[in-house]
Amino acid sequence: MVVVVGLIVADLRYNKLQAARAVLDTLAYPVFWVADLPTRLSEWTETHAQTRAQLLESNDRLRRENLILQGRSQQMASLQGENVRLRKLLNSSALLRDDVLVAELIGVSPDPERLQLVLDKGANDGVFIGQPLIDADGLMGQIVEVGSAVSRALLITDVTHSVPVQVNRNGVRAIAEGSGELGALEIRHVSSNTDIQVGDLLVTSGLGGRFPEGYPVAVVTVVERDSGETFARVLAVPSAALDRTRHVLLVFTTRTARAD
Amino acid sequence: MASREGQGFAVIILTFILAYVLAVLPLPGWLQWARPEWVALTLIYWCIALPQRVGIAAAVFLGVGLDVLEGSVLGQNAFALVIVALLSQLLYQRLRVYSLWQQAVVVFILVGINQLICQWVQSIEGVSVLPRLFLLPALSSALLWPVILHSLRGLRRYYQVS
Repeated sequence: MVVVVGLIVADLRYNKLQAARAVLDTLAYPVFWVADLPTRLSEWTETHAQTRAQLLESNDRLRRENLILQGRSQQMASLQGENVRLRKLLNSSALLRDDVLVAELIGVSPDPERLQLVLDKGANDGVFIGQPLIDADGLMGQIVEVGSAVSRALLITDVTHSVPVQVNRNGVRAIAEGSGELGALEIRHVSSNTDIQVGDLLVTSGLGGRFPEGYPVAVVTVVERDSGETFARVLAVPSAALDRTRHVLLVFTTRTARAD
Repeated sequence: MASREGQGFAVIILTFILAYVLAVLPLPGWLQWARPEWVALTLIYWCIALPQRVGIAAAVFLGVGLDVLEGSVLGQNAFALVIVALLSQLLYQRLRVYSLWQQAVVVFILVGINQLICQWVQSIEGVSVLPRLFLLPALSSALLWPVILHSLRGLRRYYQVS
């Protein structure tokens, strides 16, 4: 009894058990792997039971998609150069280039009140605590625990998570807090006369130094201004497919790499 | 004799590993609010069947394992399961002679206590969102109790775990 109460206090109050958790997380990997088997199996049958025609069709579609993306990225180099020159003119620091590592989801937290993911990459792959996590559409969350070959990420919609954002349209800064539900973020402490509208894209502002600047976070869906209240009630829907993505990207920014 | 005890130990461990896997199995949407507490159910069964072997010490290890899987505060589930094990060990003589539905009611209460303790620790931590749903797993666990009881009893008799 004393032991378990001691454990709770040590973990909750003093955060003393990080190292032990990392080891235990690695031990927990097989359990997640087994629990993930049904999904893996259905994926396997899906890929292996496809007809030739389906494969050709999907190959064709991917090739077209690739062509479009390549076309779009042609101008990337010149735009980046231009951006660096303009930033020099403005005397601000150079834009940082981000590298990514693809990780696969092997589990989700079984507790519905805790929005966490378990990933198949760990300290061996260079994953570190606080590392941002994105998918193809936007910011997903950050790493909170790292084992040697497995890590745990907290989603941006978890109640304990907040991320500094800015409105892409005009640069208004705010904090997006998780609501505990997968599909909603709450933008807190936005005064009633702030210029924020339904449909505004919120991107990471880079303030606080944890998340790199410019990743899409959410789209504003509700703005309620009550003249009796000091702050407006603003809700947003995350851009990332938090409950559907199976492959995620871990972001390494040059700055964080240097700090480590 | 020694080999038989060893075998029995392996069976117990295997059932708990199975319970762990079921506890983290991805479930769709609202169903995860009603996920039965597999580990608690298995623990209750072994506490009733073999109170001299499975008890509070086992509950501590199981609970810490579950905490790691759930990513919750280390000790949250350990605390809850210790209480569950303690109560089942106090009640096992009575539980053994109860009818199936009476047992199910007791299981509802035991898992309910388990959920309540987890809820307390979570609210201290500040992550609890919808506390009004916390008894749903207790209900689903109680409904599943007959299945658990019969399958685990079958296993225990087949492998002669004692």
